[in-house]
Amino acid sequence: MTVAKRTFDAVIVGAGGAGLRAALQLSEAGLKTAVLTKVFPTRSHTVAAQGGVAASLGNSTEDNWHWHMYDTVKGSDWLGDQDAIEFMCRKANEVVVELEHYGMPFDRTDNGKIYQRPFGGHSQNYGKSPVSRSCAAADRTGHAMLHALYQRNVRANTQFFVEWMALDLIRNADGDVLGVTALEMETGEVSIFHAKATIFATGGAGRIFHSSTNAFINTGDGLGMAARAGVPLEDMEFWQFHPTGVFGAGVLITEGVRGEGGILRNASGERFMERYAPNLKDLASRDVVSRSMVTEINEGRGCGPDKDHVLLDITHLSPETIMKRLPGIREISIQFAGVDPIKAPIPVVPTAHYQMGGIPTNYKGQVVAPKNGNPNAPITGFYAAGECACASVHGANRLGTNSLLDLLVFGKSAGESVVEDLSNGNLSLKPLPADAADVSLARLARLEGQTNGESVFDVGLEMRRTMQKHAGVFRFDKLLKEGVAAILDVAERSKRTEIKDKSKVWNTARTEALELDNLIEVAKATMVSAEARKESRGAHVRDDAPDTAEFPNGRNDNEWLKHTLWYRDGNRLEYKPVTMQPLSQDVDPIALAKRTY
Amino acid sequence: MSKRTIQLKMYRYDPDKDDKPYMQDYTLELEPSDKKLLDALVRLKSKDDSLSFRRSCREGVCGSDAMNVNGKNRLACLTDIDSLPQPIVLRPLPGLPVIRDLIVDMTQFFKQYHSIKPYLINDAPAPERERLQSPEDREELNGLYECILCACCSTSCPSFWWNPDKFVGPAGLLAAYRFLADTRDEATSERLDNLEDPYRLFRCHTIMNCVDVCPKSLNPTRAIGKIKDMMVSRAV
Ligand SMILES: Cc1cc2nc3c(=O)[nH]c(=O)nc-3n(C[C@H](O)[C@H](O)[C@H](O)COP(=O)(O)OP(=O)(O)OC[C@H]3O[C@@H](n4cnc5c(N)ncnc54)[C@H](O)[C@@H]3O)c2cc1C
Ligand code: SF4
Ligand code: SF4
Ligand code: FES
Repeated sequence: MTVAKRTFDAVIVGAGGAGLRAALQLSEAGLKTAVLTKVFPTRSHTVAAQGGVAASLGNSTEDNWHWHMYDTVKGSDWLGDQDAIEFMCRKANEVVVELEHYGMPFDRTDNGKIYQRPFGGHSQNYGKSPVSRSCAAADRTGHAMLHALYQRNVRANTQFFVEWMALDLIRNADGDVLGVTALEMETGEVSIFHAKATIFATGGAGRIFHSSTNAFINTGDGLGMAARAGVPLEDMEFWQFHPTGVFGAGVLITEGVRGEGGILRNASGERFMERYAPNLKDLASRDVVSRSMVTEINEGRGCGPDKDHVLLDITHLSPETIMKRLPGIREISIQFAGVDPIKAPIPVVPTAHYQMGGIPTNYKGQVVAPKNGNPNAPITGFYAAGECACASVHGANRLGTNSLLDLLVFGKSAGESVVEDLSNGNLSLKPLPADAADVSLARLARLEGQTNGESVFDVGLEMRRTMQKHAGVFRFDKLLKEGVAAILDVAERSKRTEIKDKSKVWNTARTEALELDNLIEVAKATMVSAEARKESRGAHVRDDAPDTAEFPNGRNDNEWLKHTLWYRDGNRLEYKPVTMQPLSQDVDPIALAKRTY
Repeated sequence: MSKRTIQLKMYRYDPDKDDKPYMQDYTLELEPSDKKLLDALVRLKSKDDSLSFRRSCREGVCGSDAMNVNGKNRLACLTDIDSLPQPIVLRPLPGLPVIRDLIVDMTQFFKQYHSIKPYLINDAPAPERERLQSPEDREELNGLYECILCACCSTSCPSFWWNPDKFVGPAGLLAAYRFLADTRDEATSERLDNLEDPYRLFRCHTIMNCVDVCPKSLNPTRAIGKIKDMMVSRAV
């Protein structure tokens, strides 16, 4: 197979919120940039975000970035890096206002400012009372944001390669990153995108789980490509289960529903969150709410004939509020739960939602990995932002609305870093190794020639079931140990997937097989990292690390206040310290404490 | 629950091996969890992996899986299987070139969208904070900004079928009005100039197919009417 070569200053893989924000920075700086995306940009999963984007604008209630920073560190269960968190919270107002200037149709307050609503884990005065920090466009914030960013890119003349799937990362013998190989879906042709800088913005991998709020395309391609190229993945044991996925369908019901006053109830109609989180109640942090719900269900207080879900009640809100602030939720509820939430509560259950971990970066969006004793040495030419990256601002548990903020802040800073590194002469077009496309071609040839293999669907199903059973909301030592063996077994099976369709044109059987390769890397990283972390922290809660006087909430800071790094090669784990020092002198480190809401 | 079986009739075409398109019949056994047409298609693809269609969000927000279902353009992910008479006849969106199976070439559709300058134009120096907009002015954008660019509307519009290169089509015109209606946008006359043409705007003959099919319940015809009103009032 001949492989065409194309050359750019920078190639961005992904055109969701993070990729589009980075692209703007590069296009507006006049750099020759290629943005590759599996789907037309506005079909990226950022489009599905509902509730809002965090910024301490203080439009409705008093607010400042110090409080936001405190909430984020506490939400992360102190696993977030405080330099990156300070950076993000201080930049929030700037990037959200920019988005407004780009034309994003935010809802408005009576005096014409951006409308803000309360959200889980966000507070005033260091945890004292809820704050309105989530900037929202009804319950379609992600849609409004993604379209506004795409539109701004149209204005900036950004060059897109739509329905191109990146396959593998290209590195040279020094480990520098030189671009990617990619498959044009319409023709089946493989090309090399050779660039001075490569930015990954490929989004999440929620599809490793059986029940997920994520789109079909959220297959962790960036993580798979990085892992295959020897880059470690950070903190992959931490997955957020969103409290309110529609029971049965998995489609998300935003936390903004609780921000607007929605209440979770068990079979007897009790507002059970009052027992688990007396201060913030239904607006406690997501991991806390999800575990409370599962506890209610496990103790027999679930709803429905099988007592397997709880109810999200907004029937006490006025129909006008629901139609104005939550119109999309009403549609979803009618479509996927068969109930009109104006009249009856919505059946919900915790659902896999967000990956806190990812490709390790610093706050500038540069990808980092241990080298010569430096745990955070930048990899030349490689940048990442958005859900595929781990800066790490979300640590062990992300606060709602902090992800859309993460996309904007780190998408922008990754773009700025590329512009800066290019103008400093730190980046150049390095010669491509002769075997630059070999890994990808071998993967394609393997698929082409495979006989007597298993179907992609069957192997994928087994992976999703294994992850759901062994690495769910609550984790058990025994299940994790079995889970590691089980997922390694599925990984072996994935090497023999067979597709019947051999067409060159728009072969989705082939792309799904290639996506499964990526999902499998993420699944292994998750299970192996989770099995190894013998404490409870944030979203990772194990039966053998319960809440005790010595280890509040089961968290063991002496041994486990550190980031996990998983390497594909031999499933090896390393650890690196958490950055407890903020970026500036303007704020003191937020000291370790027990997390209560 | 007993297993449900459905009959489908599907448009098939793979330029790599077929001389011309054909219709293929399928009998499919569903699982109890299969509720939407997209669930059925995914199930079918697990048995015949050569079947090609676009899909992503499975909740009606990304606009990927528009197709012609029993003669009407819809999103597979928002269509209840049980609401459809059988055999369920599936074809690609009409009026656009077919690449393969249910996948059409959307180039012309997006070209028209891009032609209306789908971005806010306001060259005044940006203020330090957000530009203010009253809740009433913001409400003018409701029913406009929610478009997911699925193309159900434009590919059901006869005027677009005949002149896809010249008529902007309902989706593009809805977007044009979205910016005309935005109090923050300053390019009103430039935008109207851009549409002042026998084809670009005026090929709409108010046939209303677009309104009938929009899965987001948007109303391109009304937006087109408003643009026409703006044209008239600036002429006098
Ligand atoms: C239902 C839902 C609701 C949410 N609501 C909120 C919210 O209210 N607030 C909030 O802060 N967060 C929310 N989140 C989280 C947040 O939306 C996501 O974390 C975020 O949008 C991810 O953005 P991204 O740019 O990193 O990736 P995505 O938007 O997922 O984009 C990924 C991009 O990468 C491309 N891509 C992937 N692989 C390849 C490849 N191999 N080759 C080429 N291109 C590729 C895709 O085509 C796509 O363009 C929500 C998440 C979900 C699932
Ligand atoms: S109303 Fe106009 S745009 Fe809509 S279908 Fe009819 S001709 Fe097309
Ligand atoms: S107006 Fe409706 S039918 Fe047309 S593209 Fe937008 S969402 Fe789809
Ligand atoms: S799959 Fe996204 S709209 Fe149907």
